[in-house]
Amino acid sequence: MSEVAITRTEWLQVCKRSDLVAESGVCALVGDHQIALFFLPEQEPQLYAIDNWDPVAKAGVIGRGIVAEIDDVLTVASPLYKQHYRLTDGQCLEEEDIQLAVYPVAFEGDEVLIKLDQ
Amino acid sequence: MVKQKIVVIGNGMVGHHFLEQLANRSEREMFDVLVFCAEPRPAYDRVHLSEYFGGRTADDLAMGKVEQYREWGYDLRLNDAAVAIDREAKIVTSASGASEPYDHLVLATGSYPFVPPIPGHEHDKCFVYRTLEDLDKIQAAAKDGKIGVVVGGGLLGLEAANALKQLGLEAHVVEFAPGLMSVQLDEGGSNLLREKIEELGVTVHTSTATELIEEVDGGRLRMQFKGDKELVTDLIVFSAGIRPEDKLANSAGIALGERGGIVVDNQCRTSDKNIFAIGECALFDNRIFGLVAPGYTMARTAVSLLCGEAAEFNGADMSTKLKLLGVDVGSIGDAHGRTEGSAAITFVDEQTGVYKRMITDRDGKKLRGAVLVGDTGDYDTLLQYHLNDMDLPEHPEQLILPALDGAAPTLGAGALPDTATICSCHNVSKGDIVGAVQGGCCSLGDVKDATKASTGCGGCSALLKNVVDTELAALGVEVNNDLCPHFPYTRQEIFHMVQVEEIKTFDELLHKHGSGKGCEICKPTAASIFASLWNEHIHKKPHVGLQDTNDTFMANMQKNGTYSVVPRIAGGEITPDKLIVLGQVAKKYDLYTKITGGQRIDLFGARLEELPEIWRELTDAGFETGHAYGKSLRTVKSCVGSTWCRFGVQDSVSMALTVENRYKGLRSPHKIKMAVSGCTRECAEAQSKDIGVIATENGWNLYVCGNGGMRPRHADLFATDLDDETLIKYIDRVLMFYVRTADKLQRTSVWLENLEGGLDYLREVVIEDKLGIGEELERQMANVVGTYQCEWKTAINDPEMLKRFRQFVNTDVKDEKIVFVEERKQRRPATEEEIVKIAEPA
Repeated sequence: MSEVAITRTEWLQVCKRSDLVAESGVCALVGDHQIALFFLPEQEPQLYAIDNWDPVAKAGVIGRGIVAEIDDVLTVASPLYKQHYRLTDGQCLEEEDIQLAVYPVAFEGDEVLIKLDQ
Repeated sequence: MVKQKIVVIGNGMVGHHFLEQLANRSEREMFDVLVFCAEPRPAYDRVHLSEYFGGRTADDLAMGKVEQYREWGYDLRLNDAAVAIDREAKIVTSASGASEPYDHLVLATGSYPFVPPIPGHEHDKCFVYRTLEDLDKIQAAAKDGKIGVVVGGGLLGLEAANALKQLGLEAHVVEFAPGLMSVQLDEGGSNLLREKIEELGVTVHTSTATELIEEVDGGRLRMQFKGDKELVTDLIVFSAGIRPEDKLANSAGIALGERGGIVVDNQCRTSDKNIFAIGECALFDNRIFGLVAPGYTMARTAVSLLCGEAAEFNGADMSTKLKLLGVDVGSIGDAHGRTEGSAAITFVDEQTGVYKRMITDRDGKKLRGAVLVGDTGDYDTLLQYHLNDMDLPEHPEQLILPALDGAAPTLGAGALPDTATICSCHNVSKGDIVGAVQGGCCSLGDVKDATKASTGCGGCSALLKNVVDTELAALGVEVNNDLCPHFPYTRQEIFHMVQVEEIKTFDELLHKHGSGKGCEICKPTAASIFASLWNEHIHKKPHVGLQDTNDTFMANMQKNGTYSVVPRIAGGEITPDKLIVLGQVAKKYDLYTKITGGQRIDLFGARLEELPEIWRELTDAGFETGHAYGKSLRTVKSCVGSTWCRFGVQDSVSMALTVENRYKGLRSPHKIKMAVSGCTRECAEAQSKDIGVIATENGWNLYVCGNGGMRPRHADLFATDLDDETLIKYIDRVLMFYVRTADKLQRTSVWLENLEGGLDYLREVVIEDKLGIGEELERQMANVVGTYQCEWKTAINDPEMLKRFRQFVNTDVKDEKIVFVEERKQRRPATEEEIVKIAEPA
């Protein structure tokens, strides 16, 4: 029982499925972390969580970027200076030494759960 | 260093070209330059003189501007003719009494119109067609007249007839020879030209010699022709050829030809080696070159020699292609087949009115000349064969026969020698273009910028594109116009598919014609095409993920992630009450406020979650979205117009409102800006807009495809003196044609420059409806106009759409990373250093 309880506490509820916008992104605040959530119903996996902070533009805008497939990889393009970040691991395609943090994220029924590294 | 002094006599097109070429060279510094100009204004474009009656002003036609000459450091003496040259003392004296020494003298005195010595030719209703002052006089005389006669059926005579027609006169052309344009055309071509011109309402009298001109009842003129014919007219324009203006040279003892003209050698030097003669006053090889291109070549030759470089003028090809009274005419080389051993191939289509004839040598191996009337599409190819003395293909007739499967076979650019001249206006050879491409130019636009090719008359644009594409391909540069890796099609092709197959969603489009999952290029492009065609709300579910961030939030994201808001202020007209509302909203949300260049007000610094509240207040006050975030119509700038302005001739504000309210919301390949000016003073700067409208006494002049910004482009005059209805019709068609055929993110200026056939083609599509799609374009526009909705008004009443406007989906707290500081009593984003400072505990 206790094991399950521990697992449950690692996964945080952030929002409902209905808060997400299909084929696009929204932003959630987890602690003091701004996290962008992308919901792509046709893809596997369907959910992606990535830092909202754009380190090039120095603004919290990644969740408002457009989803773009570049060389068969799904990315989000920064709405300000257009760098592409891989949704799976946050790697910036244009700048090798820039990588955004990504987080495990999943549905549980209508809830969206996320796990932050502590 | 002691500077040498150049005196230039004459400031026509060739004189101007000389000065322009010299100004662009580093050797310019070696000279002091003085210019005598007999006319009251510097050089203007005489080739397009008839457009003066078609709405172009003296300013539009101007080539040399006084300020430009000042900038170049030239001493320009307007209204002051040179009257004597003392070659021994090397001094030029002018009409005003100035006495100017020279080291080098350049005679660019041009020519004067030949007036046949018919009794009565001095009558004050008899004119010549040469200067703007001549045109003013003709215009004044035409005011109360009905009929105008041009004496002379050559190239200039037909231009003059066009001018008379534009003045509303019934135009007649009287020609001594049996045919029109007898220098350039053979009999067949000449006959067809005559038919076509008569269809346009110009009466042509050939083989007609005028014997007497006399005044009859009420100041009209009676022309008595040989053989008892006569004609009564209100005015007569003589355009029976030109004569070199050589009097000054003659009185200075410079050698002339037997029948006039200042004799020059292949360096354009006269019998006095310190004196050059260039342009129509010069006689080389016993010929006068009455076209602009050879004149320019002479000017460049003289400049090169003065700068210490070797250069030669060895005559020029007099081939020419032009539009006379709307009829396409082309003439190449030996058009009459007078060279011994010539053979001809002729194609005549009486149904469509096309005449083409090529003159070859007896074996059909080399092209000696050609005549084209009614269709000059083959001109470029034929000219290259002729100029470069290239072997003709096995079946040379194919060059002028209509191809059954569409496009006529054009000459492969690869076959041309490097010396082939592609652009004769700017003397750009194929070698120059190849060099530009090898030097890194990767597009037609780059090559045009680098070489100036095709930026003159534009006649060579198709050939230039051919050369550039061929060269790029040869370098292994793939000329790939695919939209993106997901769609192997151009934007134009995709537009067509969406339209024909009535595709409404990106998924369907991707499934049918694309691959993969889409990207930031194809998604917004598809969204824009859907909007242009079906005009659904951009936030309708299947479209949401396709929009760029600015369209997604219907505001313009600024550098710190906040947005700016621009309500529509159509035509720049706003009531005090609405102005107060803008002030109140800006104050309430603490928005940085700035007036835009498009006569609107921009409110900066709105947080994402504030946008719906701000817009609720704005729409309540009657504001609509300004689409500042979209690739769509931005503003229609206007001056105050005839309602208030003492100079205004039309109500520009009302027209601006009509236009803005019609096209607001139109999604297009790129943003569109427009302006309406109430008079020719042009306070709304319409000539720098995609669509520019300028009032005239008779209606509106329409300008298209201008641009300001990074790469300014002066708009082209598209049509003149339009009534309101026709103006809107033309704008509908131009815009929809642009929306259909432009590349992604291509402004109208670049679109037009890349449109094969250029402005003439656009006129054919829009005005003459050559493609038969005019009404369809209008219907399409009517659909966009009829389905307009204010995107913001719809959005604030739709809870589903509003969900998007939350900073965080799980809490109402604000984004603390957004930090402002105050400057000049308003907020602005804090700089990085300021943010660090603010974060430090005091």
